[in-house]
Amino acid sequence: MATTQVVRSEWTKIRSVASTVWTLSLAAVVTVALGMLISLLSRNEWDSMSTRDQLFFDPTYTSFAGMSLGQLAMIVFGVLVVSNEYSTGMIRTSLAAVPQRGTFLFGKIAVATGLAFAVGLATSFLAFFVGQTTLGEHSASIGDEGVLRAVIGGGLYMTLIAVFSMAVATMLRGPMLSLGILMPFFFLISGILAAVSATEKIGRFLPDQAGNKIMQVVPPVDDDTPYGPWGGLGIMVLWVVAALLGAYAVIKKRDA
Amino acid sequence: MIEAVGLTKRYGAKTAVYNLSFQVRPGAVTGFLGPNGSGKSTTMRMILGLDNPTAGQVTIGGHPYRRLPNAPRQVGALLDAKAVHGGRHARNHLLSLAQLSGIPARRVDEVLGVVGLQEVAKKRSKGFSLGMGQRLGIAAALLGDPQVLLFDEPINGLDPEGILWVRNLMKALAAEGRTVFVSSHLMSEMAVTADHLIVIGRGQLLADMNIRDFISANSADFARVRTPDSEPQQREKLTSALTEAGGQVLPEQDGALRVMGLPLPRISDLAHDADVRLWELSPHQASLEEAYMRMTQGAVDYRSTSDQRAGLQQELPPGAMPPVQVPVPGQGQPGWYAPPPPQQGGQPFAMPQGQPAGPYGAPAAPGGPGEPNPYAQAAPAPHAAPDMTKPEDAR
Repeated sequence: MATTQVVRSEWTKIRSVASTVWTLSLAAVVTVALGMLISLLSRNEWDSMSTRDQLFFDPTYTSFAGMSLGQLAMIVFGVLVVSNEYSTGMIRTSLAAVPQRGTFLFGKIAVATGLAFAVGLATSFLAFFVGQTTLGEHSASIGDEGVLRAVIGGGLYMTLIAVFSMAVATMLRGPMLSLGILMPFFFLISGILAAVSATEKIGRFLPDQAGNKIMQVVPPVDDDTPYGPWGGLGIMVLWVVAALLGAYAVIKKRDA
Repeated sequence: MIEAVGLTKRYGAKTAVYNLSFQVRPGAVTGFLGPNGSGKSTTMRMILGLDNPTAGQVTIGGHPYRRLPNAPRQVGALLDAKAVHGGRHARNHLLSLAQLSGIPARRVDEVLGVVGLQEVAKKRSKGFSLGMGQRLGIAAALLGDPQVLLFDEPINGLDPEGILWVRNLMKALAAEGRTVFVSSHLMSEMAVTADHLIVIGRGQLLADMNIRDFISANSADFARVRTPDSEPQQREKLTSALTEAGGQVLPEQDGALRVMGLPLPRISDLAHDADVRLWELSPHQASLEEAYMRMTQGAVDYRSTSDQRAGLQQELPPGAMPPVQVPVPGQGQPGWYAPPPPQQGGQPFAMPQGQPAGPYGAPAAPGGPGEPNPYAQAAPAPHAAPDMTKPEDAR
């Protein structure tokens, strides 16, 4: 009863602000466009690539290259969905209307997650087909082994990024603080950890690196990652669940 | 019915609300007054279950808000008129709240009509004036047709027509048997809207009484007497005659006298006997503002000082006169509003001392009886400013 009310209300909220359309379309456009660009470059550079690189070329993963940037728009979407409530003070009105804070939080996250999944999945398919068309003769087919898994996984990856951001934003409340922590977390830290061999193994367990694994069809050279595609996604899901539990614990106890 | 018992809220070392017990009854408009930072909004948030009390509890109809069945249909609140996403249409804002409470969309258009915002229902609330925002907030509070209504500063930013509308709305809601709890700083408005007052200062209850009782208990009615300005000795003469007759006489700032303890005809007779002419003899009934100022003067956290403008002072050219500082009422003059207390030598107002048992059988201090009242020391001493024009010092 209360859940359907929250879901309906949250749907009204999410569709009635401009930031939803902007962040989600930005995520889609950036992912598809950048994926297409990288695919185009790969095709043009094909002849100058080493045989090894040609052998281990992953056309599916290449068409998802834009996701590293597109995910940032997803982060902004996730952060804004939650922090809009806090920055405007709506949270008080909302929580006064739904004193069951868990219901409110998960209803809100469910609606935003559904929307993020729809957009993420569409983006993933679009990025794949646009990328493969651009790659021409080096392309993969959706029927190839592991490709469909990678494409659906791309949608799941984007969704999980958004959910993780929502949970973190719930804990931190303010949009600036949330973005200030999430952006470097996904953009810098995993890159830095991966660059140094000593920390590389730790970096693999960060949500984005682990989750990325599901989009790979051809494993890279000398791949010694201790988990497979679904294992990687599972690690990412654990991160998201942990963040959600934190968000729930915080919103349950904290003064609104 | 809202009932608070021993309500206490601490934020770290700061105590926002301390051992507050009161009841807000249905069928009346109850005003909630207190200086800035006295804990009004914190109390309102605790009533709505948004903030958890450190000690004590507050219930609505016998239930804590968070366990109230169908809370949004029973309680409506306006906490902050600006708490709206600016990019959202007014109607969508209300619609999302209605859906959250399981209220049909038809009701949204109804309340938009009630608050007079139909015309701008499809406009983004970003462009709303403060007054329009208040109307939107009131619409949200009315959505569920609730029996209990809370309004935090509902008339800020409203135009005179809007103020009148809110006043009549509050009264109408109370007349329908609802519980209406309104905080405001606009005393003149409270005086004509509220039936009952709850006054807090520094998070503690200062008064919980009928508004008429409040005014008479916290102000002394007095007579203003003016003798001819040209003959100061007449003033002296009258002062001694009145004092002899048992009256209390204080000089007013404009040279008139403030006389307490004597009825007007008696003052006239005494003046006649003393052969003193009177230019003015007028009864003075204290306003809610004066009564409030006097009660809360010791509990004000943020007080203005008179502007010395020292930082801007330039060397005056030779022969120039420094500008004359005209005193601004209330600025840097604590107690300017305050007539002396009705009881001799008493505290200027009833700041709680020690731990009296609450009127509703409230527990003593939360945290055990050994804990000293953190405000007991802070109870204000009568102001000892050297300004001789102030009534207190004339005593």
